[in-house]
Amino acid sequence: MPILALDNVSKSFGALTVTDKVSFALQSGEALGIIGPNGAGKSTLFNLITGNIRVDAGQVTFDGADVTRQPPMARCLAGIGRTFQIPQPFEKLTVFENLLVAATFGARKREGEVSDDCASILAETGLLGRANQPAGSLSLLQRKRLELARALATQPKVLLLDEIAGGLTEAECHQLVETIQAIHRRGASIIWIEHVLNALNSVVSRLLVLNFGKVIGIGEPDEIMASQAVREIYLGIEV
Amino acid sequence: MAVEALQSFRVETRTRLSSAFLVVAIAVLAIGFAAPLFSSRVVIQDLFFILTMLVLAQCWNLLAGFAGLVSVGQQAFVGFGAYTMFAAVILLGLDPLVGIVLAGLLAALLTVPTGFFVFRLQGAYFAIGTWVIAEVARLSFAQWKALGGGTGTSLPSGATRDMFGVRWIADLFGWRASQATDVLCYWLALALAAATILFIHRLLRSRQGLGLAAVRDNQEAARAVGVDPRWMKSTVYLLAGLVSGVTGALIYVQKARISPDAAFSVTDWTAYVIFIVVIGGIGTIEGPIVGVIVFFVLRNVLADYGSWYLLILGLIGILVMLVAPRGLWGLFTDRTGIQLFPVRRMLTGASTTKTITGGTHG
Repeated sequence: MPILALDNVSKSFGALTVTDKVSFALQSGEALGIIGPNGAGKSTLFNLITGNIRVDAGQVTFDGADVTRQPPMARCLAGIGRTFQIPQPFEKLTVFENLLVAATFGARKREGEVSDDCASILAETGLLGRANQPAGSLSLLQRKRLELARALATQPKVLLLDEIAGGLTEAECHQLVETIQAIHRRGASIIWIEHVLNALNSVVSRLLVLNFGKVIGIGEPDEIMASQAVREIYLGIEV
Repeated sequence: MAVEALQSFRVETRTRLSSAFLVVAIAVLAIGFAAPLFSSRVVIQDLFFILTMLVLAQCWNLLAGFAGLVSVGQQAFVGFGAYTMFAAVILLGLDPLVGIVLAGLLAALLTVPTGFFVFRLQGAYFAIGTWVIAEVARLSFAQWKALGGGTGTSLPSGATRDMFGVRWIADLFGWRASQATDVLCYWLALALAAATILFIHRLLRSRQGLGLAAVRDNQEAARAVGVDPRWMKSTVYLLAGLVSGVTGALIYVQKARISPDAAFSVTDWTAYVIFIVVIGGIGTIEGPIVGVIVFFVLRNVLADYGSWYLLILGLIGILVMLVAPRGLWGLFTDRTGIQLFPVRRMLTGASTTKTITGGTHG
């Protein structure tokens, strides 16, 4: 049974259809990549899965339950963790406190129980040395890591990563990929929106291509990258 | 960053200084409790004023500084609490102390319908909405003829003298009943201020306090990690309303005379309160304490200058906002790193010790 399934999900803002009858299923433990040009509706798709935006039509099923009408808090508690494309830290709280919020609310645990978990997530994401700094003082790379760390602290079953490698140097990107691979190996299901294709393809086993809100292809990365539709629409290469 | 080192991590909020301060705080409380034995009645009345303004300031700071709810209508709950107490005494013949308890309960209930309206509004509209509700409350109570309508009324003579505990205090210390009434009100204000500060400190150090800070900093991200912003804000709004109602009732037990214009005064119960919080330092527990002392001193120094008083208060408020946006306490804590009511959770352990900074909250 898939852990997450979208069935004919649609969303319009006025006359603009940003998500057009999208259907796909994520198997438990799978890593799925989403690619598509800017404005294809990738981030909107995430917001529909997390409940930050309500669907107009269609159904979102998570872990066997229909969550289409549930608010974001409930979906987080059910096990959907996400990062934001533009990092959204709790700026006046420290890095460690950012994780504490996520762990105590998102995983419904007491503060005393989670501090060790939070410390090890900080260690894994390379933020331990900054644990007691206000999150507002972090650099872009650190903010992106905090996004990942905070999402992990909610103990998600499915982790939604939104362009987490964008704007990083090659070395930074490589480190991040290793971290994500480690998380995936421990059993987390992942959906990852990314423009940095080599980073993406070193983690995911399937790719979904989105254009004008429509799924125009889903399958093995090699097969997708080779398909003519993707090369034309996404890579802009005339064939 | 060896994984085995993780076992040695601890989370601390207390600092050595804050533990020492606890002793000082208890001593101050004890001296405050004993103050009526060696102070004149005027001093006790001044202290009563300071303490009640401090409670209102802590409430407003909880709303605006910790929950991001900038209300300019807290006078709705002060006035409503005061009128509830008057109604309990005059119409039902109850003890004023029972009236104070009722005031708290009914003010908390009042937050349900008012919250229903104002929580549909954001930011500046929220502020205006709260003010409108307070004005509606003022105009409504001005229609209540049994409580004096627009001109107001007084507590029946003897109502406060016969208040529970007054006779006992008067006999014990050999005071007149009016003095014993003042002392009882003062003790209640002292207890209320101490309880409010203690409660807010505990709240901020709890899981709910973390959630509140998260909502204040970024509502969308808070939702994404499982925090319910609406529940957080409603709870804070209810608590602030309850405590403001109790405080209003207590202030008017001591004043013994009420009118809608005074009880629902936006200047007395919100503008001054905002001034106190802003100059003291918004978003800290220490801020309102510093602010209320500065406010009291200014009020006494400028008492003879009529409308210049308000002009100068306003000018000082603007200056502080420009020079020290986080208030006098913020200025002090930035320089010294001292926090008397620390709420920040510090992760301590081998590999983080060198980066620990005395950063400040809020």
